[in-house]
Amino acid sequence: MPLLTVNDLRTYFHTRAGVVRAVDGVSFSVDKGETLGIVGESGSGKSVACYSLMGLIPKPPGRIESGTADFDGMDLLKMSERELNRVRGRRVSMIFQDPMTSLNPFLRVEDQLIEPLLLHGLADKQTARRKALEMMEQVGIQGAASRIRMYPHEFSGGMRQRVMIAMALITEPDLLIADEPTTALDVTVQAQILELIKTMQQRMHMAVIFISHDLGVVAGFCDRVNVMYAGRIVESGLTQSIYYHPSHPYNEALQRSIPALQPKGHELFTIEGQPPDLTKPLDGCSFAARCAHVGDLCRRGNPLLKEMKDGHSTACVRVQEGGLELK
Amino acid sequence: MTDQSATPFLDIQGLKTHFPVEKGIFFRKTVATVKAVDGVDLQLRQGEILGLVGESGCGKSTLGRTMLQLLEPTEGSVKLEGRELVGLSGSELRAARKDFQMIFQDPYASLNPRMTVYDTLAEAILAHKSVHKSKLPEKVAELMNKVGLSPRFIKKYPHEFSGGQRQRIAIARALAVEPKFLVADEAVSALDVSIQAQIINLLANLSREMNLTLIFISHDLSVVKHIADRIAVMYLGRIVEFGPAETLFDDPLHPYTRALVSAVPVPDPDRERERQRILLPGDPPSPLNPPKGCTFHPRCPYAVEACKASFPAWSHQGNRQVACIRLDALD
Ligand SMILES: Nc1ncnc2c1ncn2[C@@H]1O[C@H](COP(=O)(O)OP(=O)(O)O)[C@@H](O)[C@H]1O
Ligand SMILES: Nc1ncnc2c1ncn2[C@@H]1O[C@H](COP(=O)(O)OP(=O)(O)O)[C@@H](O)[C@H]1O
Ligand SMILES: [Mg+2]
Ligand SMILES: [Mg+2]
Repeated sequence: MPLLTVNDLRTYFHTRAGVVRAVDGVSFSVDKGETLGIVGESGSGKSVACYSLMGLIPKPPGRIESGTADFDGMDLLKMSERELNRVRGRRVSMIFQDPMTSLNPFLRVEDQLIEPLLLHGLADKQTARRKALEMMEQVGIQGAASRIRMYPHEFSGGMRQRVMIAMALITEPDLLIADEPTTALDVTVQAQILELIKTMQQRMHMAVIFISHDLGVVAGFCDRVNVMYAGRIVESGLTQSIYYHPSHPYNEALQRSIPALQPKGHELFTIEGQPPDLTKPLDGCSFAARCAHVGDLCRRGNPLLKEMKDGHSTACVRVQEGGLELK
Repeated sequence: MTDQSATPFLDIQGLKTHFPVEKGIFFRKTVATVKAVDGVDLQLRQGEILGLVGESGCGKSTLGRTMLQLLEPTEGSVKLEGRELVGLSGSELRAARKDFQMIFQDPYASLNPRMTVYDTLAEAILAHKSVHKSKLPEKVAELMNKVGLSPRFIKKYPHEFSGGQRQRIAIARALAVEPKFLVADEAVSALDVSIQAQIINLLANLSREMNLTLIFISHDLSVVKHIADRIAVMYLGRIVEFGPAETLFDDPLHPYTRALVSAVPVPDPDRERERQRILLPGDPPSPLNPPKGCTFHPRCPYAVEACKASFPAWSHQGNRQVACIRLDALD
């Protein structure tokens, strides 16, 4: 049984320039203990989709137009702020690209680490202190006993990322949402942090939603992957099938444009044009204007994800109809 | 023709750029020195693309800026086609500047938001040579075509373009002075993969067509591997390995390059799962107080006492150069 089931989520921003359909009918689920990747280029709606679940959308201009998000029998989208506070930071935690999004620069690390435990009544102050120290050690901070008394700015970038992870995981949540947690880091530090998240995940049997624009990181880190384009999931499946058997022209083109996979000395494959303006009404597939395989069917209706085989789904109507085979 | 091997197109010797760290409000005192670039030697051929890689803070941008004399070096020499650039007077430098240009990660910050593409490019052209007013639109359109921008956008402002298109404008402006030498500092780092690919193709083609020497600075090794002829790996202000792009990437020699290459994720699930990563301990140390000897020794799995003594001399391995005394100990 899935831990989280999101159905037909729509989050729009009502701005002066028009209604931005940032997330436009997104459905997916996450099982206990699994790692789900969400990939897509910037502006495709990855962050907004996840912030919507956590009640972190600024309203106005944002509004959740439709959808349900069933988390262990509760609908996250219907919860009051008070109810949400009991879930957020306790059973569902979030980490970000910039650790200072979650860390308070004016508080010692120790005080920040014990806060979720005290807030949710999970420990008394003394136990919380002990847990905080254990957590600092588990995330690999050397000399934790003295460094726990320091302020966030006294840590280096990679170490600050570790402190943020310690804080997110101290309540042993069932689900961790990681929004580009290693994007700002150098590759050697990124490798350390990915290793740490994996270790902690296995230790705590926690599910992870891993948002990233980096197909390299996702390939090694995730069990399943959702590919987003212009506010919709266009393809979803096991990591291997997403990479080895792309079933949507956008995913196929995205894979082909990665320099690492292309022989040197050749022009890199590129996707012409740009993603659509999300404030303009759109008929048909959001990728149609840039798609090399576009057909008449593509410019009508609203293509929905359909499972083709073994949990591999595509929103490409041409693939669904059997009229198109990709590589 | 002169002998190319005798006079390299670009010849950098013993280049150092140090920044003083000052303290005190009334009496400023230098309390420490950031050795951002600390002894770089580098020779480039005309028309080649050099990839400059290394982790943030290792000195890539400072090296790029110092080469172009946007920063004054503390020590050393930079010769372009045999001509010394270090110590040129203001007017000599302005004259020399048209031979070299730089583009940055964020074109938005370097483009004037109140100037149309036409104004921006016309200004750049006129800074370089006198062109009759009636000929300017044609010249501007020519430049726009060269970087793959339709001239029908000529009257538009920077904010009306996407990130990739803005980078094209910045490249067009750099090309307006017909430079021989271009430094691209993280020029594609903020772009999405599909757009990144367009800009990489553009730079590679321009370099080939115009025999433009390009230094492509990036922290993204797979991008650099694709575009560069040769790669220089920097660590704490120095180059530690230098060689052809394929061999350096597929068979890294220096322990730091090995760790760096092994940490780059590949978009292939099976390969990614089987891979053995070399996890380096700790963060890169600070250029404020670099370790003695080989600057990498505190994090190096192969370090011995001798590594702490002095920075290693270059060891030549075929067409590669490596600054490491422990190569024999590595498999
Ligand atoms: N507060 C906001 N007001 C208006 N538009 C927004 C706001 N936040 C996000 N958006 C828009 O929603 C879309 C999706 O954004 P986001 O989820 O952040 O993309 P991603 O995380 O995939 O890069 C973008 O077009 C973005 O401009
Ligand atoms: N103007 C400056 N004053 C003092 N320190 C500087 C200055 N510019 C760069 N640095 C320092 O020099 C080192 C190298 O920086 P930089 O060349 O920007 O590295 P990279 O481009 O490889 O990330 C860093 O430690 C940086 O903080
Ligand atoms: Mg985002
Ligand atoms: Mg830099």
